[in-house]
Amino acid sequence: MTQDHPTSETQDPVTDLPETAEAVPPPEQPVGGQDAPRRRGLPTSVVRNLGLVIAFLLLVVIGVVSAGDRFVDGGNALTIISQAAVIGIISIGTTFVITTGGIDLSVGSVLGLASVWATTLATQAMADQYHWIVIVFTACAVGAACGLVNGILVAYGRIVAFIATLAMMVAARGLAEIISNKQTQIVENNGLLDFLRSSVLKIPMVVWVFAIVAVLAWILLNRTTFGRRTVAIGGNPEAARLAGIRVREHLLAVYTLGGLCVGLAAVLMIGRTGVGTSTHGYMYELDAIAAVVVGGTLLIGGRGTIVGTVLGVLIFSMLLNIFTLNNLSLSAQLVTKGAIIVIAVLLQQRFANGGRPGWWRQIFTRTPTPTPVQGGTS
Amino acid sequence: MVTADPFLTMHGIVKHFPGAKALDGVDLDVRAGEVHCVLGQNGAGKSTLIKVLSGAHGHDAGAIRIDGEEVTLATPAAALRAGIATMYQELDVVAGLTVAENIFLGNERSVAGLTRRQDAAHAARDLLVRLGHPEISPHAEVGTLSAAGQQVVSMARALSRDARLLIMDEPSAVLDSEEVDNLFRVVRDLTASGIAVIYISHRLEEIRRIGDRITVLKDGRTVASGLEVAQTSTRELITLMTGRTREYAFARREVPAEAQDVLQVVDLAVDGLFSGVDLTVRAGQIVGLAGLVGAGRSEILETIAGARRRTAGTVTVDGVALPPGSVPRAVAAGVGLCPEERKSQGLILDEPIFKNLTLSSFAGFARGGFLREHAERAATATQMQNLQLRPADPDRAIRTLSGGNQQKVMLGRWLEHGCRVLLLDEPTRGVDVGARAEIYDLIGQLADSGTAIVVVSSEIPEVLALADTVLVVAEGRIVHTGPATEIDEHRVLDLVMDSDALAEGHR
Repeated sequence: MTQDHPTSETQDPVTDLPETAEAVPPPEQPVGGQDAPRRRGLPTSVVRNLGLVIAFLLLVVIGVVSAGDRFVDGGNALTIISQAAVIGIISIGTTFVITTGGIDLSVGSVLGLASVWATTLATQAMADQYHWIVIVFTACAVGAACGLVNGILVAYGRIVAFIATLAMMVAARGLAEIISNKQTQIVENNGLLDFLRSSVLKIPMVVWVFAIVAVLAWILLNRTTFGRRTVAIGGNPEAARLAGIRVREHLLAVYTLGGLCVGLAAVLMIGRTGVGTSTHGYMYELDAIAAVVVGGTLLIGGRGTIVGTVLGVLIFSMLLNIFTLNNLSLSAQLVTKGAIIVIAVLLQQRFANGGRPGWWRQIFTRTPTPTPVQGGTS
Repeated sequence: MVTADPFLTMHGIVKHFPGAKALDGVDLDVRAGEVHCVLGQNGAGKSTLIKVLSGAHGHDAGAIRIDGEEVTLATPAAALRAGIATMYQELDVVAGLTVAENIFLGNERSVAGLTRRQDAAHAARDLLVRLGHPEISPHAEVGTLSAAGQQVVSMARALSRDARLLIMDEPSAVLDSEEVDNLFRVVRDLTASGIAVIYISHRLEEIRRIGDRITVLKDGRTVASGLEVAQTSTRELITLMTGRTREYAFARREVPAEAQDVLQVVDLAVDGLFSGVDLTVRAGQIVGLAGLVGAGRSEILETIAGARRRTAGTVTVDGVALPPGSVPRAVAAGVGLCPEERKSQGLILDEPIFKNLTLSSFAGFARGGFLREHAERAATATQMQNLQLRPADPDRAIRTLSGGNQQKVMLGRWLEHGCRVLLLDEPTRGVDVGARAEIYDLIGQLADSGTAIVVVSSEIPEVLALADTVLVVAEGRIVHTGPATEIDEHRVLDLVMDSDALAEGHR
């Protein structure tokens, strides 16, 4: 290069104003309260979940104090996790959807639909003829198909996710009522029920399923290209699109994954109750969204955490458990639940912002990206 | 009724944003009863200036005086109390409320918390009559009005606050020519009653019709203030807006004549935006698109990159035709776009540098769908060294970088992905002087390594200095193609203005 640029002496960092404060000290030992240290590596994720862990431990203490031995019992811990499994698996799927900046209001209804479709006389007859796996397969296929439709409406129909999944929420419930004729369908197949109610290494099967789904989801979100795309699209859909990511195809996959999780949750629901009914999963969408948001996933997208979601689900499950053990009214439990949602989110915000003054202001002033997810062509 | 004493004086206004200096010494004085036009390219700082004046942003240095007394406009309410009302480009009316409710929004006429609807309706009618629009009913729902009608409502609201200074941000953008005439009549009525108006527009012919004096902004600075409209030529204004603020020293590069064509664009068009665009870029060549804002330059780049669906023409990279409207296919063929709005279109601000830098290539690092972040980090660190991006810490939040360093990350993204064609839209907007020289160097190095480069810039000298071949774009057409050595800034301006005049004649 034989270029000559008289301005090159101005390249020193002094002209590079916004950098000066942090560029002068060595990067590994930043001085003052600058934001460099808390933004890197593992500590960040720990810090992000700190509010949740505190809330979780607080509840454990309350449980021990109020219910004593009955709460500390190992079996009780497994009960808490078992009861969290259905909502937990739904919430894990919802975490992916919300991370893209979307929402899925249809999960509760789709759970009802999947439970009904998987327990019709025809499906059960087929299950008797071949294997109970037919019921599992049917539920998962129905869930995934509903998710696929959501994805098509959102990504290709360019309908706002809230509306598209609201429509699915209404329609799926109706379809479930039509198929079941509003009758409760009892599962006669003992193979499936025995399997779901069995234990491996003294740990109930539902806990295993929940744990495996959580681990797979964590890997998917944090360690795969699928997860990277999910976060990128939520963080800035336009930047993701211009970088060459197939945004619409990916959204389709994410909503389908969300539906698949609902289908699997429907199987556990069938196992727990022994029936399929159109009333299964009533208002579960709100429980799922609450767990995801309490867990620290941003509703505007761009940041998702499976660990947070699982903790969120467990907190609500433990709350129910403590109230039940103490023979307290479930209505009071709902009030507490509402309070926990607010407190946990406030704590999240505090720790996510390093506890700096003005953290609360950032909750309200964070502006969403200007371009809609569905905008443009790709 | 223009008085000599300024109503408003701004001196040395500075406003920082993280990573950029939006205002860097703005001076402005506005007299009562005048229409003061503020001119400048996109990104020159006009909107930030408005936001400072309307109390939406505070400023970091400098002084604002009203009637000679220093004031602080900490909140929009404070600005309103000081007599400054703003009509934003995106009209801030509430579609579901009536005209009267909109006019007195935030300033409701009420007794004990109950709104006095009749009172408000009467007052609204008086204001509408004063603005020359007695036909608008105070009871009409604002959503049912035309854009011009909504603008009148917005203006009536400003008047209802007894504004002494009215800021109008591109008010004509939503109006047809008849409505513009009416707007100008209203503006003259207002100034005749002693109200000062700050008028912001891209359209020079409007400024000629309505303006009294002009202040020109560039790169967040005032480059000319208080110019009398009658004594300033259009050419002078364009030169002030687009001209050099510093010398561009960039050694002329030799492009091997026998280099192969990499990018071939033939008869490219998008309905309503541009048409008939022909463009050939050889390996190692830099082609510059010069022209004014709105000429269609960015849209041409976006269409080549597949981000817009073309309605005619072909785009070929290394002999392979690209399908219309597919960014992934263009990226796979080696076309990279560094978009104009870096923050909203290019970067994921909450993610670290390495995830931004590998946004187009992370799948290439992965094995069987599993990310290999250590490899991404290592590659990012290497790229950061190439790009002279210090400190070379791939985990640093991209939000904390300066504009110049963010732009380097964008360049690094396409370097890492490996690109044959690099499309740069305003590559030095919001970039400091020192970093600009580095970015010019990087662009030169990329070209030397055989990349075909297309540069768009609003600064004509920058295009002329960087590019080997210059295309002048005006009104969605290419009006000139030729070597950069055979054209100068004046010739470009002539071409731009001639075709604008031609287009005016056709209307």
